[in-house]
Amino acid sequence: MPMIEAAGKSFEVDEEGYLINLSDWDEGIAAYLANEEKVELTPNHWEVINFLREYYSEYQIAPAIRVLTKAISKKLGADKGSNKYLYKLFPYGPAKQACKIAGLPKPTGCI
Amino acid sequence: MAGPKFEVPKMSEYTDVPKIKEGAMAHVKSFPAAEASQTSLGFPWKLTDDWHDRAINRMGELLVKYRGLRVFMDACVHCGACTDKCHYFLGTADPKNMPVARQDLMRKVYRRYFTLPGKLVPWLVGAEDLTKETLDDWYSYYHQCSECRRCSVYCPYGIDTAEITMAGREILNTVGMGQKYTSEIIAKVFKIGNNLGLPGPALEDTLLGLEEDIEADTGVAVKMPLNVKGAEILLVTPSADFFSEPHVESLIGYAKVFHAAGASWTLSSYASEAGNFGLFNGNYETMRKVAMRIRDAALELGVKRIIVGECGHAWRIAYAFWNTLTGIGYGGNDPFSIELQKQLDPRFKQPSHICEYTWDLIQRGVLKFDKSLNDDRVITFHDSCNVARGSRMGDEPGGQFTIPRNIIRAVANNFYDMAPETIGEATFCCGGGAGILTDDLIEVRVKGALPRMNAYNAVAQEKGVNFMALICAICKAQFTKVVPYYGFDMSQIGGVHQLVSTAIKLEQD
Repeated sequence: MPMIEAAGKSFEVDEEGYLINLSDWDEGIAAYLANEEKVELTPNHWEVINFLREYYSEYQIAPAIRVLTKAISKKLGADKGSNKYLYKLFPYGPAKQACKIAGLPKPTGCI
Repeated sequence: MAGPKFEVPKMSEYTDVPKIKEGAMAHVKSFPAAEASQTSLGFPWKLTDDWHDRAINRMGELLVKYRGLRVFMDACVHCGACTDKCHYFLGTADPKNMPVARQDLMRKVYRRYFTLPGKLVPWLVGAEDLTKETLDDWYSYYHQCSECRRCSVYCPYGIDTAEITMAGREILNTVGMGQKYTSEIIAKVFKIGNNLGLPGPALEDTLLGLEEDIEADTGVAVKMPLNVKGAEILLVTPSADFFSEPHVESLIGYAKVFHAAGASWTLSSYASEAGNFGLFNGNYETMRKVAMRIRDAALELGVKRIIVGECGHAWRIAYAFWNTLTGIGYGGNDPFSIELQKQLDPRFKQPSHICEYTWDLIQRGVLKFDKSLNDDRVITFHDSCNVARGSRMGDEPGGQFTIPRNIIRAVANNFYDMAPETIGEATFCCGGGAGILTDDLIEVRVKGALPRMNAYNAVAQEKGVNFMALICAICKAQFTKVVPYYGFDMSQIGGVHQLVSTAIKLEQD
């Protein structure tokens, strides 16, 4: 698997650019991963990323889309608690793209 | 996520047979499976030194174990009836995606090693040695077949291409050439119990959240029970129903139906997956191991009925294979199957599809609807391949086609079918079935969706259709991802029970 040198660190990613060792993650790596995805990180992106990481550390899986939209609507207001809004932040899909930037494994299945 | 660049096919009024482009999709290579998941499945994870003999031996075993495979290898007369029936050929123009050509990748090797003329005069009968290049071709093109079996409908000999693809993938796994996507998913089922890898506590938290949402929306306390011993019904549904949009809308629909019927039901965190990727890999032992979780949960919870949610291949396996795989349904005769048969209520079909259950309640007048709540939708129905060509519903031939449509008509006012040659048993695959639903195959997925997109676009233009209803988790995920490539919004895709959920009247407690 490819080794990346960025943000003052050296870390391994898989074929699709997901971090292999979750403990490597830090904000610098998130910025690097976001740049690779052509996503410009705003405070609202960070709300999503931080929630994903908190949820993952509790449940060992990324939250369901509903769980995520609900949490975001509590934090950022009801108008932002929608799948559509999340796709605006992460155009390739909140589950896959946001997880990648948050340093979590790629959710796979029939999704 | 910068994927490979490719040209999205242009939609047309009808799906024309393309002019062939030799090698157009030869570059496609799904990511290989890694050590951890392949080990869990009992396969090597890199090409073994003895790959040649190992592959031929495994082929020999499969030819004996699955007699159909041998017939399919022998029977083809190259009449060409299948050539223009495959959505992947129609969408990619690669001649190796003609079902006959994809089959011939294996057939030429079969002839060389398992037929007398092939052994003696290979050059006369199109027999060829197995080479590493051939295996690479298998890997590429057996991951450009969704095992949808549309070609088989038109084959005068009934050759089942899916069986050949499954055998191809089994042999590839045997020599260490597994596919990452299916391999990882099966490993997650073995370890955690579902394709997503959703652990019990996360499932419980998700269901509680959904209960809150439904109550906030409707004012009615609709429950989503989990692991309730002594419940009458065990609902087994694809784990995507817990996780994704629009899948979760159908899960809410099932819960509302059970609530309105006053049913005693439960989900299981142990059997939290209806899907079974063992079918896609063509590995009987895997398929059985995955299916056994459902039997174990049924015995543990003491349920009387097993109902399957909106999942295409799960329903084929449940309908056609569960009886001999696990004893659910008539046929199993080991002690556990016998115990299970005593436990399950013989008045009901075991297993039942959620659509059979809902349609029965509708016919008996148990459910009430306000159809006008679906009036913003003009709906069509996409028949999912495994339901359409691998199963049945209800008591009438073709019930798998009429029952979902009957439900839609009972809950909504605007329904139009797509062109007849694209639905029913002639349905076109969504383009993402059987282990193709992965980002590394996005080009195959987008191009393979072309025939369905043409048919959908036609009813969208002529009838104003703006919603495609489905009963398959893979189809839902595939279409929400690929319809934007064709200019449609992903919100046009959803489940049949999503429509039920919108229109159903719930009484206040």
